[in-house]
Amino acid sequence: MQKKISSIPFSGTPEQEAQLKETIARYIDDPGAVMPVLQEAQDIYGYLPYEVQKMVAEGLGVPLEEVYGVATFYSQFALSPKGKYNISVCLGTACYVKGSGDILSRLSDILGIEAEECTADGKFSLTACRCIGACGLAPVIMVNEDVYGRLTVEDVQGIIDKYND
Amino acid sequence: MEMLNIKINGKDYTVEKNTTILEACHKFGIKIPTLCYLKEINEIGACRMCLCEVKGARSLVAACVYPIDRDGTEIFTNTPEIQKYRKTNLELLLSNHDKKCLSCPRSDNCELQQLCLEYGVDETKFEGEETHYDEDKTTLHLVRNNNKCILCRRCVAACKEQFVGVIGPNNRGFDTMIGCNFNKNLDEVSCVSCGQCTVVCPTGALVERDDTDKVFAAIADPTKHVVVHTAPSIRATLGECFGMPVGTLVTGKMVAALKMLGFDKVFDTNFGADLTIMEEGTEFIERVKNGGTLPMITSCSPGWVKFCEHYYPDLIPHLSTCKSPQQMQGAMIKSYYAEKAGIDPKDIVVVSVMPCVAKKFEIKRDDQGRDGMQDNDISISTRELAKMIKKAGIQFTELEDEKFDPVMGIGTGAGTIFGATGGVMEAALRTVADVLTGEDLKQIDYNEIRGTEPIKEATYDVAGMQVKVAVTSGLKNAAKLLDDIRAGKSPYQFIEVMCCPGGCVNGGGQPIQPGHVRNFTDLKALRAKALYEDDLGLPLRKSHDNPEIKAIYDEYLEKPGSHLAHELLHTSYVEREKN
Repeated sequence: MQKKISSIPFSGTPEQEAQLKETIARYIDDPGAVMPVLQEAQDIYGYLPYEVQKMVAEGLGVPLEEVYGVATFYSQFALSPKGKYNISVCLGTACYVKGSGDILSRLSDILGIEAEECTADGKFSLTACRCIGACGLAPVIMVNEDVYGRLTVEDVQGIIDKYND
Repeated sequence: MEMLNIKINGKDYTVEKNTTILEACHKFGIKIPTLCYLKEINEIGACRMCLCEVKGARSLVAACVYPIDRDGTEIFTNTPEIQKYRKTNLELLLSNHDKKCLSCPRSDNCELQQLCLEYGVDETKFEGEETHYDEDKTTLHLVRNNNKCILCRRCVAACKEQFVGVIGPNNRGFDTMIGCNFNKNLDEVSCVSCGQCTVVCPTGALVERDDTDKVFAAIADPTKHVVVHTAPSIRATLGECFGMPVGTLVTGKMVAALKMLGFDKVFDTNFGADLTIMEEGTEFIERVKNGGTLPMITSCSPGWVKFCEHYYPDLIPHLSTCKSPQQMQGAMIKSYYAEKAGIDPKDIVVVSVMPCVAKKFEIKRDDQGRDGMQDNDISISTRELAKMIKKAGIQFTELEDEKFDPVMGIGTGAGTIFGATGGVMEAALRTVADVLTGEDLKQIDYNEIRGTEPIKEATYDVAGMQVKVAVTSGLKNAAKLLDDIRAGKSPYQFIEVMCCPGGCVNGGGQPIQPGHVRNFTDLKALRAKALYEDDLGLPLRKSHDNPEIKAIYDEYLEKPGSHLAHELLHTSYVEREKN
C-alpha cells in the first residue's frame, strides 16, 4: 500500500530542530546514515513530513529522493502524524477473516480519513497494523493502549464517541 | 594477474581472475541478455535476464555480478532450462507492462521488445492486476511514462551519476515505482534536463518530448521562412540512427537530408560556436585584465548551467555571460540574417538540431531572445531529426553530400570540436593565444585537454601569461571542481564544464545504443574521434579565421563584446531552488 502524505501543516519547534541537527551530526560520517537518522527523526517528530526529510537530506548531503525512497519502503516510517488518539486496526489473518476490513472502512467513513492519515484537528489517526497477538478477541482494535475486541461494525461509533468529548 | 582456465558451454577459455561471466562471455563473442546492467554505474543483478548456470552452484547466477574466481569453473549460458527461466522473467515483466508497442516511441529500439522477440514470449501468460500511472508531461524536455517502466533502475543510476538524483525507487513491492520525492512531477524538482535517463532507458518509460510535428507544420506553412541549424556533434552521430558504424561523419548527407525535408536555409551551428569563442575569448581576456571573477566557467551546456543554478547558485558569477552557440546562432538569424535577407524576423522559424534535450528548456529561458521573440523557436534532438528523415522517406545512406548555406554556413575546426569534452577550451585557447600574441600560431593542438578522462588540467603559456585550465564533463566530476572553488582552493583561471559525460557527443538527445553496445563500446571516444578528424581536415581551424565571423563583426556587431553583441549574445542566470 502506498503511504499517504499528510496535508496537515508542519509545526516543528526549535527544540526539535536542534535535536535533529544533533542526531545528523552524530551520523554524518556513517555511509549508511539515512536509516538511523530517519528512525531518530521519527522519534523526535512522531512522523516524517517533507520539512523533516528535507532537513535530513540536506544535513546528510544526500538527495531528498533517496531519503523519501527509504521512508516509503519501510513500514516503520510514517508520513502522517499520529493523532491524540491513534486507532490501530488489526489486519492480521484472524482479525481479517473475522471482518476487521469492514471495521476499518467504518472508522474511515466516520473519521473522514484513510488509513495512515490523521484528522485535521489532530485528534484521531488511523493505522492498519499487523497482528497484535490478541487473536482470541478478533476482530480487535486499539485506541492508544485501550484494547477493544469481538467487535462488529455497529460498535465502532460508540467507541469513537467515548473519545470525542 | 592470475589467469583461470574455465569452460563456457563446453569450450575451453582462459580469463583473468574475477572477470564477471558477462564480461568474459562478451570477450568470447557470446551475448548474454541484460536489461538493468550498466557498466560501472548499475551493476545490481536485478533484472534476472542474464541468469547463467555455474556447475556446482546451488542456483542460477546473475552473470553481470558473478566474478569467476575458481580455476575450472564451468559455465552454461544457453541451456533449455536457462531459456525457460529467462522467458518466464520476461513474461512476468509483461504482466505489469503497458504493451501498446505499436504507438510506443521506442518501438524500433526497445530492449525489452527485442528480447521478447528473441525468446518468443506469450504476452498474456500472466494476466492480473496492473498498476496505472499518469504520464508526466510537465517538463519541456521529456515525457515520463511509468506504465512502461520495468524498474531496472538504469535511469536512477544515470541521474545519481550526474549528482542530481531526483528520481529513485519509491514505495515497496507491487507499488514500487521510479519517481520523485513526495510524488512530485519532474518540473517540481531540481532536474537539470540533461536527458541522460532517456539514453539509458531500455523501454519507452523515459523519452524526449517529440517536437517534430511542430517542425513539419512550420515547413508546410507558406508564410514562414524556416531556418535550421545543426550542432557540431550531430554530424558525428546521426548516421547511427541509419545503421552506420559509431563515429561515422555524415555532414554532407545530413545537409542533403535537411534540404530535402524542405528547410529554406540550412546553417551550421559551428558558426554559432565560432561566434561563442569570439565573445567568450574576449570576456576571458577582459576578466583576466580587469580583475573579474575567476575561474571563468563556460556556459554552452544548458544542463550544466541549470545544475549550477540549482546546486551551486553562489558560483553563478563564475559562469561566462555568453549565450550558448545555439542561442547565439538563433539570435543572429533573427537579426543579422533577417536584415540581410530582407525578411521580417517574425516570419522566421528557427529550428535547432541538438545533441541535447536540455536545449528544449534553454530556448524558453528568460533573458534570451528579443522583442518577445525567442532566439530559437523549436529545438529537436538528433533522434528526432532521424525520425523526421525516416518519416519523409528519405534514403539517408544513399544521399549525395551537400553543403551548408552561406551567411552562416561556414564553421571552423574550432567550432566542430565543441561537440567533444575539451573542445570549447581548445577552441578558445586557439583564438585567445592568437589575439594576445598578435600572431598566427601554428601549434594549435592542445592534446592535454583532449580525451575522455573525467577531469583534465593543463597550464599553457599564452603570450607570456601562464593560464591554468581545467576541463571536465559529467556533473559528478564538475562538482569536484566546484567544491574547490567554494573552498577557495581552485588554482584555475578557466574551466570548461559539459553536463554530459564526454560532452555533447554523449548528450541526452543522441542516438540510443542498447546496453550490450553501450556497455562494451566507448561511444564518447569513437564519436569524438570523428570530430577531431573533421577538425584536422578543415581548411580553417580557428574561430577568428572564419570569414563569415569576420563579416558579421565588420558589417554588424562591430567588435566582440560591443554594446550590440552584449544585447544579442550575452545573458544572465537565476538562482533556483534545490528540491
